[in-house]
Amino acid sequence: MTALLDVSELHVALGRGRKRTEILHGVDLTVAPGEIVGLIGETGSGKTTLARAVLGLVQAQSGTVAIDGREISGLRGGALRAFRRSGAVQYIFQDPLRSLDPERTVFDSLVEGLVVRGGRGRAELQDAAQGVAQLVSLPLDLLSRHPGELSGGQRQRVVIARAIAVDPRLLICDEPVSALDASTRITILELLLRLRESGDVGVLLITHDLGSLGGVADRVVVLYQGQVVETGTTDEIFLAPRHPYTRLLVMSVPSIQDEEPPDPELRRALRDELRSLTANSAQAATRH
Amino acid sequence: MSTLPDSATAVPAAANAAGEPGRETLLSVRGLRVSAADGSELVHGVDFEIPRGSAVGLVGESGSGKTLTCRSVLGLLPVGVEVTGGEISLRGTELTALPAAEWVRLRGTDLAAVFQDPASYLNPSITVGAQLAEVLRVKTGLARRAARSRAVELLHAMGLHRPEHVYTQYPFELSGGMLQRVLIAVSIAAEPELLIADEATTALDVTVQAEVLELLAELRRDRGLTLIVVSHDLAVISQVCDTVHVFREGSIVEAGTTRQVLRAPRHPYTLELIENHERFGIDRVRKQRSQR
Repeated sequence: MTALLDVSELHVALGRGRKRTEILHGVDLTVAPGEIVGLIGETGSGKTTLARAVLGLVQAQSGTVAIDGREISGLRGGALRAFRRSGAVQYIFQDPLRSLDPERTVFDSLVEGLVVRGGRGRAELQDAAQGVAQLVSLPLDLLSRHPGELSGGQRQRVVIARAIAVDPRLLICDEPVSALDASTRITILELLLRLRESGDVGVLLITHDLGSLGGVADRVVVLYQGQVVETGTTDEIFLAPRHPYTRLLVMSVPSIQDEEPPDPELRRALRDELRSLTANSAQAATRH
Repeated sequence: MSTLPDSATAVPAAANAAGEPGRETLLSVRGLRVSAADGSELVHGVDFEIPRGSAVGLVGESGSGKTLTCRSVLGLLPVGVEVTGGEISLRGTELTALPAAEWVRLRGTDLAAVFQDPASYLNPSITVGAQLAEVLRVKTGLARRAARSRAVELLHAMGLHRPEHVYTQYPFELSGGMLQRVLIAVSIAAEPELLIADEATTALDVTVQAEVLELLAELRRDRGLTLIVVSHDLAVISQVCDTVHVFREGSIVEAGTTRQVLRAPRHPYTLELIENHERFGIDRVRKQRSQR
């Protein structure tokens, strides 16, 4: 199966002049159609920069990003705009309120991507909006409402419905449930599972919370300081993590079966191991 | 232990939820009602007791009333929101009718709190050390130099490396986890008996969250600090707390020892919270492993 998203040896640097810093140091990542891949890493690990590179919002220094075999990292100007307008990659942000225009009705938001593409009449747009609303179990009477009148979970469903309205190939979800309450989280995660069943959309699920990936992601990619340190099936990562960072991460995730915080000694030992690893790789980098 | 008569080990019926009848009650909340300015009631009669030295978890989603309950205990309700019924008593002192000046005296020396976003509780243009030292001078009457050295000691006790250096740093120079340690240092500077940690680890990376939770457990063990841990995450509570109170829509729907509530939940909402972990959290995988 060819990968839907294929990121290879991606290097990205941000900033100008002397402040220019490399954020991603040769990242490899694939997402197949119908696959949910969890991208996990701490604050500053480069998760968001990677997502922005996939969207074509930041330029790669080297390496490639391909969607359906078509390289997008080299696109410029009109070609890049055409790619974005195609809606092949859709982004779902953490905060559903701020990613919806408060002055537009739910209906207008849902069909915006289709209107931009053009060529559809009012009736077709109506059908499309109702179709995606049903897909995400959004009551149809909400279509005429404004975002401010909806609950957090309803808003996040609108955001997801808007994203899938344009038949994307890849959904990038950046902390989609972090801002939501327990019961709403379940409905959103179940929605992602239903989308997977349709089989052609791929999902890149970005989160700092390993605990919310367990029942959703097929594979997990662990990003640490701009590098992929480990990739595996969700069970492999959770049950047999290899890299010290992944081990530290997995043991730090609180579980309802734990009656005490993770063993501090073990955690400190892993931190030390990580520190010496990072020091070694910094040495290796200066030797280049 | 076998020489003890059975009656000594039996838990009296009047024991509190912690199941530790010997412990004196530090804080007791009885029938607490909180209402907004428009008359709508937000907290509908909440009861709980916190034994000295215990760690009690309040779990629930946003709007469930857990934070309003804590803010009532701290005397820090938002403008227009007030306590309209019930009692809050700290070591027998009734707090609901306390004059503002008394509240100021109590906060810091008897009660303290840390919240989700540590950066917004610190002045960005003053070093964190100076802010900690100020609390020590005002609340414990230490002289300038003594306050400084005590502040450095406290930063060290919070697990911060090179505390003398951290003392001279501004909030923007520190990570979220470091800031939360500074805030915990500020909150316990005047040795309060009760610390309320309201979503104090929610905004932190999980690896840092584990460290801050460990710090809270340590403070409880070493200094006898009583903890109220407020979280939307049942797993966080289960790591730190002996008892848990589940809030929903302004009421406590279930309460008991953490083990009881997690292993044999009675309320459907508690079940839903647990299901959330067992289906989508790390518990799904861990459970499979333990069943193998």
